[in-house]
Amino acid sequence: MAKQLTIFVENRAGRLKTITDNLRKSNIDIRAFTIQDRGDYGLLKLIVDKPNDAYLALANLGCACALKDILAISVPDQPGNFHRLTSALAEHNVNVIDAYGFVLQPHNTGVCCMEVDQPQLMKAQEIVAEAGFTVLQDEELYSL
Amino acid sequence: MDVPFWNKQVETLDRASLQAIQLERFREMVAWALKTPFYGKKLASVGIASPDDVKSLRDLGRIPFTVKDDLRRGFPRGLLAVEMSEVVRIHSSSGTTGIPTVIYFARDDLDRWTDLLARSITATGASARDIFQNMMTYGLFTGGLGLHYGAERVGMTVIPIGGGNTKRQIQTMKDFQTTVLHVTPSYLLHIHSQFESEGVRPGDLALTRAFIGAEPHSENTRRKIEDLLGIQAFNSYGLSELNGPGVAFECVHRKDMHVWEDAYLIEIIDPKTGQNVEDGQEGEVVLTNLIRRAMPILRYRTRDLAFLHPEPCECGRTHRRLSRILGRTDDMLIINGVNVFPSQIEEKIMKVPEVATNYLIHVDKKGALDRLTVKVEIYPKLFLGEAARLEALRTRIREELRSSIVISPNVELHEPGSLPVSEGKAKRVIDERPKD
Repeated sequence: MAKQLTIFVENRAGRLKTITDNLRKSNIDIRAFTIQDRGDYGLLKLIVDKPNDAYLALANLGCACALKDILAISVPDQPGNFHRLTSALAEHNVNVIDAYGFVLQPHNTGVCCMEVDQPQLMKAQEIVAEAGFTVLQDEELYSL
Repeated sequence: MDVPFWNKQVETLDRASLQAIQLERFREMVAWALKTPFYGKKLASVGIASPDDVKSLRDLGRIPFTVKDDLRRGFPRGLLAVEMSEVVRIHSSSGTTGIPTVIYFARDDLDRWTDLLARSITATGASARDIFQNMMTYGLFTGGLGLHYGAERVGMTVIPIGGGNTKRQIQTMKDFQTTVLHVTPSYLLHIHSQFESEGVRPGDLALTRAFIGAEPHSENTRRKIEDLLGIQAFNSYGLSELNGPGVAFECVHRKDMHVWEDAYLIEIIDPKTGQNVEDGQEGEVVLTNLIRRAMPILRYRTRDLAFLHPEPCECGRTHRRLSRILGRTDDMLIINGVNVFPSQIEEKIMKVPEVATNYLIHVDKKGALDRLTVKVEIYPKLFLGEAARLEALRTRIREELRSSIVISPNVELHEPGSLPVSEGKAKRVIDERPKD
């Protein structure tokens, strides 16, 4: 299953730079990122090529960070496909906590990263596969 | 100026007669104190085994001080001098840690305390013709009920509205044409700032006086209140260890507060040496309760800094006047009239595993009101990367703190290592309230 690195970042100038600087020094390649804004702090969410190395680099720095299993779903980049995905999850009552997407090749492939409640993770994976989507495993995701 | 009295005979007693009453009551209090395990031991250690061992008021100096921690260690009944069946009311105030300070009153104690409040209210010129809106918190805090019963004894029309709910406070002032308020200065200024949005002009109201207390404030703040509202504001002083409000109150001259010396022995000491200082010199206020039998308190170190005026007041009262509270000898914070010890906050934070041991207490003003923010650090090993859990943590810390310090602070979550470290003498409290 794909791993997402989540980092607690205070909402003030210069904090992101400290993190990116350390990832750069550890030669980590960032594939995707998003920031969930919570007011006085934010959660920086990263998909990287070497999740464990990135985690250790930041944890050694004293950061509050966590590796978490998420669903990384390959979604063909055409109108209606994301809707098909959300419909399948809705039908089975799976709640999405947070999600973000990125397009790999325009009009060809996109990736949707989804956080769902941990107890629902395996079930969600089956639902998505049954709906005809490919769930990317970690190596597949990082080597895109 | 017309100077009204509740009990002119007592309030204008010559010094010698006042001291005679003090000695008689002091000896009586020593007798009650000897019934408690706490003072039984304490008084025995200085050779006082019966009230007969007290010959003059000078013997007060032989008695060791009582501090807040003594009350905490005596919790819950170490200082109780009567059977619980004789206790008719309990009040409580915040302790320096999770254990509160409990105060017991017997029926006669409440009667004498209420009389002091009636005396205080009358001294300001308020009377039975007034409509009194009591905006202090009722309940365990002594401020609400203390003035409530005092005002009833004077015969005022009492509106026991309690604290908070600004809209309703303003509407009530208008509906009942309230003339006298009892309120913290910061809340009164906040109320005033809401007049416009509530569509109220001071001319719509009938306010003439405010009893302000429960938090230190400057002469400038008093003047601001008086100018903005077109009223007279009277400073007051009290603490639950000494019954509550009504230890000292301003008279019509509003030139500092008369300490009711037939009910309290007041000393001002050098906080370092414990020695009494001259009238007029600043020091720590030490008080002995002369009127509460259920729970006697002798030589209580209040930690408040103030001085006594050596010269008499124009009103003719012989009871000396205490200055405004000029500061504290400890780190207690007063947030919108509520006493908060940093140690109470620390104790709670240390029990939350998801946050590290570093923390910072930040106080500032938002409008007229104080705002308390507690900053804590995320503990990396228990961070799971979920926003919902962080918000639940924030709420839990806020609720935990509220259960201990009564008020509900803002809680800010910070990165590990971003707050001052817990070793050494880190500055954990930043108070940015203007001192004016």
